Amino acid sequence: MDYFREHILTIVAFWPLAGMIVLMLFNKENKTLIRWWANFVMIVGFVISIPLWVWFDRDTADQMQFVQNIPWIQTIGANYHVGIDGISLLLVMLTTLLGPLAVLSSWEAIHDRVKEYYVFMLMLQAGMLGVFVSLDFFLFYVFWEVMLVPMYFIIGVWGGPRKLYAAIKFFLYTLFGSVLLLLGILALYFIYPNLAAQHPEVAGRFGTGATFDVLAFQAVASYLPFTYQYWIFLAFFVGFAIKVPMFPFHTWLPDAHVEAPTAGSVILAAVLLKMGTYGFLRFSLPILPDGTKYFVPFMIGLSIIAIIYGALVAMMQPDMKKLVAYSSVSHMGFVTLGMFALNPNGLNGSIIQQINHGISTGALFLIVGIIYERRHTREIAQFGGLSNVMPMYAVVFLIMTLSSIGLPLLNGFIGEFTIIMGALQQNLWWAVAAGAGIVLGAAYMLWLYQRTMLGKIENPANEKLIDMNLRELATLVPLIIVAFWIGLYPAPFFRVLDKPVNNLVLKVRPDYFQGTQRLNAEIREPR
Amino acid sequence: MSQFFQIQDIGAITPELELVAFGMFLLIFDLLIPDKRKLGLIALAGIAISGLFLFRLRNTDFSAYGGVLALDPFSIFFKSIFLIAAALSIAISLKYLDIERENHGEYYALILFATMGMMFMAGAVDLVTLYIGLETMAIATYILVGFLRSNQRSNEASMKYFLLGAFSSGILLYGMSLLYGLSGSTRFVDIAEALSRRPLTDPISMMAMITLSAGMFFKVAAVPFHQWTPDAYEGAPTSITAFMSVAVKAASFAMMVRIFMVAIYPLRPQWLPIMAAVSVMTMTIGNIAAITQSNVKRMLAYSSISHAGYILIGFIAGNETGLTAVPLYLFIYTFTNLGAWAVIVALRRKDVIGEQIDDMAGLFFRHPSGAVLMLIFLLSLAGIPPTAGFIGKYYLFAAAIQTGHNTLAVIAVLNAAISIYFYFRIVVSMFMREATEKTGLVYAPGLTMTLAIATFFTLLIGVYPDPFIAMARQAVVLGF
Repeated sequence: MDYFREHILTIVAFWPLAGMIVLMLFNKENKTLIRWWANFVMIVGFVISIPLWVWFDRDTADQMQFVQNIPWIQTIGANYHVGIDGISLLLVMLTTLLGPLAVLSSWEAIHDRVKEYYVFMLMLQAGMLGVFVSLDFFLFYVFWEVMLVPMYFIIGVWGGPRKLYAAIKFFLYTLFGSVLLLLGILALYFIYPNLAAQHPEVAGRFGTGATFDVLAFQAVASYLPFTYQYWIFLAFFVGFAIKVPMFPFHTWLPDAHVEAPTAGSVILAAVLLKMGTYGFLRFSLPILPDGTKYFVPFMIGLSIIAIIYGALVAMMQPDMKKLVAYSSVSHMGFVTLGMFALNPNGLNGSIIQQINHGISTGALFLIVGIIYERRHTREIAQFGGLSNVMPMYAVVFLIMTLSSIGLPLLNGFIGEFTIIMGALQQNLWWAVAAGAGIVLGAAYMLWLYQRTMLGKIENPANEKLIDMNLRELATLVPLIIVAFWIGLYPAPFFRVLDKPVNNLVLKVRPDYFQGTQRLNAEIREPR
Repeated sequence: MSQFFQIQDIGAITPELELVAFGMFLLIFDLLIPDKRKLGLIALAGIAISGLFLFRLRNTDFSAYGGVLALDPFSIFFKSIFLIAAALSIAISLKYLDIERENHGEYYALILFATMGMMFMAGAVDLVTLYIGLETMAIATYILVGFLRSNQRSNEASMKYFLLGAFSSGILLYGMSLLYGLSGSTRFVDIAEALSRRPLTDPISMMAMITLSAGMFFKVAAVPFHQWTPDAYEGAPTSITAFMSVAVKAASFAMMVRIFMVAIYPLRPQWLPIMAAVSVMTMTIGNIAAITQSNVKRMLAYSSISHAGYILIGFIAGNETGLTAVPLYLFIYTFTNLGAWAVIVALRRKDVIGEQIDDMAGLFFRHPSGAVLMLIFLLSLAGIPPTAGFIGKYYLFAAAIQTGHNTLAVIAVLNAAISIYFYFRIVVSMFMREATEKTGLVYAPGLTMTLAIATFFTLLIGVYPDPFIAMARQAVVLGF
């Protein structure tokens, strides 16, 4: 047990990979066995990640926990360094939760080349978990790029009609971002020894040798000259903003989502996009505080454009999946808006909203996938009145619609409300724009629901649709539970987040908690 | 000046001598042994023994023959690259030549002679030695390119390669003679000293530098002297294309390191902008031209051009990281590229040439392992972790950033991103198209072994590059 506890992050991250290697040995004709095995691996992956949530020490949530630090490439100072704080804990849990659901949802959807499909899904899962647990920038980058390949194949092989275009667009776009990110990392890497040599307190903790240690970079953050912060922030920005995706870089997302198979879309929306926002949280903000502050107006501007523009475009989509894809752009705009409000409320909301988006949008893609499997179309005009034949489906869809538009009692409300509080503390107009985004979000989601679910069945093809089966329900129930949990009792989540978020705010704005602003923070804290 | 020839100098060139001896034997055995594949095995044995000799010299560091030939970690590192490349190229040739019906003993002998020439190039610290090594390699390669006697493309390629190669050698020689005129010595150290005494803008040193660089850019196929590459690579027997793209290229780069970092190092402020321009053009044009190719051999030829552009970054950086990157990148490139070519060789069957991208359609369904290995090699060529190619690219980009060549680094990484587009055209064809024909690949023990070795190192260096980086670093730290 001690061994397990000490190595838990490695085990959680590499377990899907181990499962993948075993899967490769199976006969590719034995599809049932392959499906059972992949599902088993994913569920075990979730189960072994539960101890993270249980053992995680909330009182030191801002410290890295379950740390393992082993020399890896000593010639360049890269280590195998993993660990999680409260922020990454939530994202790891989100990943291990969504993984099994996505895999379960593809039980009947994937008929061809089943073995490869699950190989890539498991590889993807390992890559994503690796991203969230890495504390070494080199290791992080390796995981960050490794997961492009399985995602490329998932879109390119099992996708829709324009899959090749969508897949290479996804790959190229992300790769363009990541290589610039690499240059930013390198710039940090080369300036670190100089800075550490000048500042004994940093040198004492992390040494003056070349290192990729994220914590070491965070320690020298305040000594990093502004020009460096400026350029490195831009390099990081391109890398992360493409992943999020933020406004001008979002064009790969609708294509990738529409063409990807359901499970691919779920993973893409629920977890992959979070890698971008996680990058901002873990690297841009704490390592480049001055750069971050300098670019706040720019980032907020892009976020607001994304919120409004994404919502407006979503409203006009004739395709359900594309609608949900554009709604992702809008929702991720909220996430970045809260993040760059740079106060505890904004950041808390931003992280909660990342989880919410994973839950709601993941569920919405599953819901769209369920109807697509039955009708092989996603065109909204083809549907209408489905609640008559698929009552259970209609209920689940309604819950997730409401969760997505931020109705109180459900998860979306908590995230959006906290983000707007954070925005309001900074600037009234940011909050106004976010509020407009919520209204628009309600409009397009409810309109979608109305057009597809309500009224009479007009299209004869829809008359014989069967309701969800047990397996499909099983993919959605965990998400519904979490949606209600966050909506009704979010305290456990805030408890995990408070310390790391306050720590993050302190890193970016060292004077934040002095004076009156401390009040703001304490009013919200119920403890 | 030390005595020109001492008896222990023989010891310094035992690996080379041994290759020559085996090459000669092969020519004789060719008359006696009807099964030509046995000759290939003899050649492999020769390379292995040469490798053993080289291994015995691993810790030596001295200059032989009165200082015209250096036996330092740098040359030993490169010599091992040549031996590995030669061995793997011979291994993939055994079956391939049978299919082409051109299995002759002199093929193996020529590879050994070419390898011997390269080994002298890597060790040469003197213009004359360098040039003789270069020509030994080049002449053997010209013949090998045209080895498919009944094939027009091969003949044409050989002719083109020979004419342009001879032309470039001439230019190179012109530069060398100017350098000799300036310094009165053929040794790199003396040349460097003579150049440093002249003013930086001295027209004659400039002239020498420019002609020398042009000749060398020719040899490594850098833009604007790259035109011969696609034709030569396409026409040559695929096994020879593989050999040229790694060994000949590595030898030319070894020569470039010695010349640029020692002989004309004093002119660095002058050649730096030229080199930067050439590097940017080479990677960009190589990548863009590769996008439009439908023949895999031509595509990989253009890709090898762009890789030369990346490697030039190491020279531009010129610091320890940059110079480590050059041998490291070439070492990695040897395994990766040979692996990729080995898959293409395996595609060559009795009636199928297997060079078009369409010939690879559905390869995954016919031969999953071949397709997966090709995927690994292509990812490595594109520089995606956790393959070795990423480590190589990482080192080059790191060198550029470390020395403040930020614009160059940005151009280089964007090029690396573009390259994924054409590498993945092959991937799309292999994994996402229907199979057009049912015949499988041609596997032979030699090919399988090559693929296994190439895959092993491509993945090993990607995951655990530490010892290899250390070796490459040792090769340049002591030397320069």
